[in-house]
Amino acid sequence: MLKIDQRCYEQLRRHGEETYPHECCGVMLGTMEGDERVVTAVVRAGNTRTDSPQNRYNIDPRELIAIQRQGREKGLDIVGFYHSHPDHPAHWSATDLEDAHWLGCSYVITRVEKGQARDTNSFALAGGEESAKRFQDEQLEVTGQIAETKTGA
Amino acid sequence: MKIHIPTPLRQYAEKKATIEVAAGNVGDALSALTNKYPDLRRHLYTDEGKLRAFVNVYLNDEDIRYLHKESTLVKESDNLSIVPSIAGGACACCCPCRMLL
Repeated sequence: MLKIDQRCYEQLRRHGEETYPHECCGVMLGTMEGDERVVTAVVRAGNTRTDSPQNRYNIDPRELIAIQRQGREKGLDIVGFYHSHPDHPAHWSATDLEDAHWLGCSYVITRVEKGQARDTNSFALAGGEESAKRFQDEQLEVTGQIAETKTGA
Repeated sequence: MKIHIPTPLRQYAEKKATIEVAAGNVGDALSALTNKYPDLRRHLYTDEGKLRAFVNVYLNDEDIRYLHKESTLVKESDNLSIVPSIAGGACACCCPCRMLL
């Protein structure tokens, strides 16, 4: 399960609206509590895929290191990442899975349709190692408001 | 020097976020790390003993690929960060998400 407060939830969705028709990306900071990841801050990141920003994203590792350091100073860990799919379902793609390597973290995807954020879903990257990794649907709870995982458009 | 362990790999390093090692270069530092925590090895290296392509190693703020790779010299005050890549994106082809349309 991924728990995220309303403010952070709206921030990551708004990010996708602002970068539309390009994909946005960012980092979720928080704490791991057993099988639950609790997000307490989201940090926007730059998308280095300027060659294909409408359907690709990449976060510069140097930026990730800075964000990780920022989190460490506040006692927070990286618990996941978010990005948007402009005019495309809020579901992981083959590319998303191929390029996902943070096992045990959450990957949040928002469908942004014609500039408006629509559904937002979360997927946990499961598996004990790279060769066995897979995305699993996970419940996304927003500040006491349970958002059912949607797998449709 | 300090080695910062990413969230996914901490379970193989006694849940530690930072490990202190003594080493002369990056390769020695990573060897010290994987000798102490052998389960980390398969996550960092291929069967051929090379760092996996998606594993980025930064000495302070520099990618070691653009320095001297694992021969890069290090100091006691240095920080080594292991950072798996973050990338992805929707694809305009046959894939699970496309089938939902």
